Amino acid sequence: MKILVCISHVPDTTSKINFTEGDTKFDTNGVQFVINPNDEFGLTRAMWFKEKQGATVTVVNVGEADTEPTLRKALAIGADEAIRINAHPSDGFFVAQQLAKVAKEGNYDLIIAGRESIDYNGGMVPGMLASLIDANFVNTCISLEVEGTDATAVREIDGGKETVKTSLPLVIGGQKGLVEEKDLRIPNMRGIMMARKKALTVLDPDDTQARTQAVAFEKPAPKGDVKLVSPENLDELIDLLHNEAKVI
Amino acid sequence: MSVLIYTESENGKFKKTAFELASYGKEIANMMGTTLTAVAVNAENAEELANYGVDKTLMVTSDELKNFNAKAYAHTISSAAEQEGSKVVIISSSANAKYLAPELAINLKAGYASNVVALPESTEPFKVKRTAFTNKAFNLTEINTEVKLLGLSKNSFGLKETSGAGAVASFDAAIPDNANGVEVASVDKVTGAVTIADAEVVVSGGRGLKGPENWGMVEELAEVLGAATACSKPVSDLGWRPHSEHVGQTGKPVASNLYIAIGISGAIQHLAGINASKTKVVINNDPEAPFFKAADYGVVGDAFEVVPQLIEKLKAFKSNNA
Repeated sequence: MKILVCISHVPDTTSKINFTEGDTKFDTNGVQFVINPNDEFGLTRAMWFKEKQGATVTVVNVGEADTEPTLRKALAIGADEAIRINAHPSDGFFVAQQLAKVAKEGNYDLIIAGRESIDYNGGMVPGMLASLIDANFVNTCISLEVEGTDATAVREIDGGKETVKTSLPLVIGGQKGLVEEKDLRIPNMRGIMMARKKALTVLDPDDTQARTQAVAFEKPAPKGDVKLVSPENLDELIDLLHNEAKVI
Repeated sequence: MSVLIYTESENGKFKKTAFELASYGKEIANMMGTTLTAVAVNAENAEELANYGVDKTLMVTSDELKNFNAKAYAHTISSAAEQEGSKVVIISSSANAKYLAPELAINLKAGYASNVVALPESTEPFKVKRTAFTNKAFNLTEINTEVKLLGLSKNSFGLKETSGAGAVASFDAAIPDNANGVEVASVDKVTGAVTIADAEVVVSGGRGLKGPENWGMVEELAEVLGAATACSKPVSDLGWRPHSEHVGQTGKPVASNLYIAIGISGAIQHLAGINASKTKVVINNDPEAPFFKAADYGVVGDAFEVVPQLIEKLKAFKSNNA
């Protein structure tokens, strides 16, 4: 089985978010970048397929040269090779088109992406990619088993979960649950040394035009001070929720 | 030319988000000088939509669409959009809507903006505000395509009653062959309990509750308030509560009217995930907990004393206001 894992390079979850150039660009100053958490669960599941079922794992990212440490980290975790499409990931459609090209040329059986990146939260790349290459698609995937060309996946739905039967070629939008938090791997020294020797191929993008453009950013208005209620006087809290906030 | 909304239902009954989409879609239709059409699958009582401005509802009735199928549903919506010549198509932010959205965008050659929280700033060029960085920021997105697809965040616009023409027509779209590639084998859904996605009120517990055996009072408080229960990431990682209850940046987002956090310190990732909630209450014995900076109301106190009292007082309040 050939697996392609799509990796987004995103600010660490603890990052403070700021903007620059008149609030039109994300300020990367002092920000630590990581593998998108939803993708990392998928990458770890891919490692399981590699170790238990002999799959090969390629990781791919659409990004400029500054994303290479993130790809190297994925190689250090155990991916066999990496591909970087050398372009600014301008919108979800553009990214999906670039990935579709890689997916078609590499003839992958299973493509694992995160359900969304934690920076732009577009939530569209895996589904668009599946549509563009006419593969089956399961979103918000929390469990995946593959047997031959048959796959069984569980997806999270509002208020529960749903088990689906599907087949390869398959794209999933993965998230926590594919593996547990404790199963995530930190690269060891041997992995890091080996990653240096693994192939990282850089490809040029095609001429797809983005369909959307982030033209400006803003931060939420600062919050007013919290109103403290004494634990001895919870009637006041009920009164505030009823008469002031009008939520009960 | 009409604006098209996909109005979701459950067991035939329209969800609240259907009426919110109608309220929102009607305003866009007014901005663009056109009418509002809804497409609904296996739903009843189309006339309810007219109270929120829907001029025409396309009712799809099909056994084949009994189970949700992203490709089949996306194809039904795109066929409706093509028939109506719609340039703006609006869906919700439910799990199913987010599942079908990318396919729908490809079908319609549409630019797609998800997590939209306001009316378009302008319709030519088409610019709309959405959340980004998991609610830590907003982002104004311009959509360049002829057809625009918007995913409206729950509870971001609210309900606005206004009358629409309320015509009803049946509609039928062939199901594409490749829709059979994913088949539902079983659905495991909590019945009766309020889901985090649909809840008006969410009661959430953190590590301050010390162990899963102490969740009885969280559940009881939720029951009194008709709320869904949720938890912080450490609690789900420790296995005290199921993953499906984890709210935050890597868990579920919460956009309820009222969010009550008990024994949750308020890590930046947690606050990001619940930021879209309207009113936030924190109960914590540590006055330095970061959650107090993000909350509207706070109680500094021992949850094991405060919560049982709050339950009793709310019960009294409910019976006086019944």
